[in-house]
Amino acid sequence: MNRTTSLVLVIIAGILGTIFSFWFGLNNHLLPEQASMQAPLVDDLFNVMVVIGTALFILTEGLIVYSMIRFRQPPGDETDGADIEGNLPLEIVWTAIPAVIVIGIGVYSVEVYEDMGGLHLASPPGHMHVQQPESPGTEMAGMDSAAMAAMPPGSAMAATMSADMAKAAPVIPLPEAKEQIASSYYGIGNRLSDEADEIDLTVNVTGMQFAWLFEYPDLGITVGELHLPVGRRVRLQMKAVDVIHSFWVPQFRLKQDVIPGEETRLQFVATLPGTYPVFCAELCGSYHGSMRTQTIVHSDEDYAEWVKTSQVAAKPSKVPMTVAQLSDEEYLAPYAQEIGLNAETLPKPSTRSF
Amino acid sequence: MTQTNPRVIAQPTPPPPEIEEVPSYRMWKWYDYFTFNVDHKLIGIQYIVMGFIFYLVGGAMAIAMRTELRTPDPDFVDPSLYNALLTNHGTVMIFLWVIPTTIGGFGNYFIPLMIGARDMAFPKLNALAFWLNPPAALLLAVSFIYGGAQAGWTSYPPLSEITAPQAQVLWVAALILIGTSSIMGSLNFLVTIWKMRVPSLPLLKMPLFCWSIIAAAVIALIGTPPLTIGLLLLTFDILFGTSFYKPDAGGTVVLYQHLFWFYSHPAVYLMVLPVFGVMSEVIPVYARKPIFGYTAIAYSSLAISFVGLFVWVHHMFTSGTAPWMRMFFTVSTLLVAIPTGVKIFSWVATLWQGKIRYTSAMLFAVGLLSMFVFGGITGVTLAAVPFDLHVHDSYYIVGHFHYVLFGGSVFGIYAGVYHWFPKMTGRFLDERLGKIHFVMTFFGTHLTFLPMHNLGLSGMPRRIAMYDPQFQALNQLCTWGAYLLALSIVPFYFNVIYSWIKGKRSSGNPWNALTLEWTTDSPPMIENWEVLPVVTTGPYDYGKDRQEEVRQTD
Ligand SMILES: [Cu+2]
Repeated sequence: MNRTTSLVLVIIAGILGTIFSFWFGLNNHLLPEQASMQAPLVDDLFNVMVVIGTALFILTEGLIVYSMIRFRQPPGDETDGADIEGNLPLEIVWTAIPAVIVIGIGVYSVEVYEDMGGLHLASPPGHMHVQQPESPGTEMAGMDSAAMAAMPPGSAMAATMSADMAKAAPVIPLPEAKEQIASSYYGIGNRLSDEADEIDLTVNVTGMQFAWLFEYPDLGITVGELHLPVGRRVRLQMKAVDVIHSFWVPQFRLKQDVIPGEETRLQFVATLPGTYPVFCAELCGSYHGSMRTQTIVHSDEDYAEWVKTSQVAAKPSKVPMTVAQLSDEEYLAPYAQEIGLNAETLPKPSTRSF
Repeated sequence: MTQTNPRVIAQPTPPPPEIEEVPSYRMWKWYDYFTFNVDHKLIGIQYIVMGFIFYLVGGAMAIAMRTELRTPDPDFVDPSLYNALLTNHGTVMIFLWVIPTTIGGFGNYFIPLMIGARDMAFPKLNALAFWLNPPAALLLAVSFIYGGAQAGWTSYPPLSEITAPQAQVLWVAALILIGTSSIMGSLNFLVTIWKMRVPSLPLLKMPLFCWSIIAAAVIALIGTPPLTIGLLLLTFDILFGTSFYKPDAGGTVVLYQHLFWFYSHPAVYLMVLPVFGVMSEVIPVYARKPIFGYTAIAYSSLAISFVGLFVWVHHMFTSGTAPWMRMFFTVSTLLVAIPTGVKIFSWVATLWQGKIRYTSAMLFAVGLLSMFVFGGITGVTLAAVPFDLHVHDSYYIVGHFHYVLFGGSVFGIYAGVYHWFPKMTGRFLDERLGKIHFVMTFFGTHLTFLPMHNLGLSGMPRRIAMYDPQFQALNQLCTWGAYLLALSIVPFYFNVIYSWIKGKRSSGNPWNALTLEWTTDSPPMIENWEVLPVVTTGPYDYGKDRQEEVRQTD
């Protein structure tokens, strides 16, 4: 095979490899459906990395396989191979190209991360660290009143919110208009700003062995499944009662650890009505795998309907104001059935006592 | 001497006779391997044999877990036991298999031989370091009486403080013993390599395995103390009621994560760097070519170990970490890809225009190369915070690090064993069984760990005994892969035991290799050489017209 032929073959292989990399990167379908505004940002980054990764994979594995076949020992030939100790230009190239690629990925990641709201400025730390409560019951109660007190008056009155939402709150632009999305609409981490005026709905999330509890402070609803209106700016204020948990909805591409002694937050906009799983992603004990529930993203009408039904179901006496006087068990009892807590899923006393 | 006859080793004593006779010099007896013996080669074999025993233990745990995961419901083992299995699988595989076998085993056996020393710098310290390991293993075994540590090998508080606390304390004690052993060993390697090279061996002519051990030793020395402190504070919390990690008493749980990952991410490089060293020894010998870019490979080991000290927070991107940290550690993590890429490309270039021998050692080395390319690429994706937020603590991570640690470290250990077995025992392994072993391991690895990436991307968390039924099909695939991997060790263990007793006899340098360990008998005598060798060629001078062979002075 002469030089020209092999050069042509290499070029053809390169073109085919590139085409395949792009095709695979853009059509990999490896990630689940996109149900939040952050999801397309993450997926675009992922797909770009898949394109680059596939190309690098084909190139390197191709060279390995080619070398193993082409340069295998000829039968009976006991001599050594070529005396090549290095090649400085080549080595510079394969140091510089990966460097450029990873710096590019780094810059792109930072950009996506900023768009996702991950670079929110921290507000004074005093606002973030909640007073350490004596028991989970009082802890939640304390948080609720604090959160309510912080609300600008009238911003989200319990009863009016759901009914008036459709006309009162501005509808959030969906991902088509990415540039318009102010990063304050959504975010991750525990350092999100405390300002509530950008938020349509706040949900207090409690993680415990082995269940999730979702409390709607403005609506007086506490449930074991997360119900959300589509296209609204949602903030989850998350606390852990016992050990570290991690809130993960794969379709939202969002995950945030829920840490004892520190409130963490997630802000996002769900974009696709449907039912999606909520997983606990941080090992939290024997039944960690069963610590899952679902989140239901409703259209505005369905959501209003759900709020109405749930408020009827909730006894007025159970609004969080009185909770401070209740023990853990008393506080949780009304919800135990709702979230499917039973003796089996509760932590075993034997593993917790010392 | 012509190029076609790579090398003849001058022997001060007549070559060992073909007949099965006791060599003229004294050899260790079988029972010496159970004693406090200071010979580095004996200690090396102690480490390797111990490692291969715990490989079976950790493997059995993995098989139990994969059997549990063939169905979504917890129906094979109790969920608490499942957590104990996953915790101890990780602990055993890292601390009693990969690290002791590569650094303790290959390191102890070959570092003195490669640099022309008669032993390590501190032989007694060396033996002491080894003998800290069996009690550690015993502590882990005893911990199962109390249910076994169940908080994952990461053992994050508060979970680790409230779940099976007695077992957790025993687990911490085991890790501290192993950590102490690791500090002693690392110090010993650094001093040995620095002070005990034969005068004719400059640093930049050392075999690359020595460089990778230097890099690993630096990591162990810097990283182990913070881990030990982190674990001690955890024990104080459990035993003495302190509150370092108790948020309701003024502690913080994230502090532990920093102390833990400051060691434990570099620990990944600790498990991989020595195996990179093995790669650099194996590939040139069977490709019959000089290693491509010696200096770049040597320095890239140091670069990995240095940059690797500044990447730990990428394990904590979802822990409520400050935004600037997420950015800093994204960039630093991505940087590790550069020296790693240099190594991979250099090995591929070493294959180029070689005359590749398809030995079992070479197959495993090239297998490692192909696996590591994939594990490295998925590793780069994890450095990108927005994407990591999605897959963190998912099966994508499990798949990724098993490509690096099984496809990487374990393949490297296999390559090293096939390569050095004749040196260590004086006998060859059976090559046909070796190839069967390779094929089974290669396909078993992909079958077990490739579907895990899809599982994680589509939403399956890791460390769960019960899972959403939508994930069942792929999990069953992984389980079948795990069974294939379990089966794949049968030809290997049979091969090793059989060949050690009855294998074909090997000469001092069966592979015509150029590093110093091949200039003595197989197995080497106690004290390694009668007369120390003089280095006259580079470690990888294949394909050169070698006028001067390594000779031994009189
Ligand atoms: Cu959990």
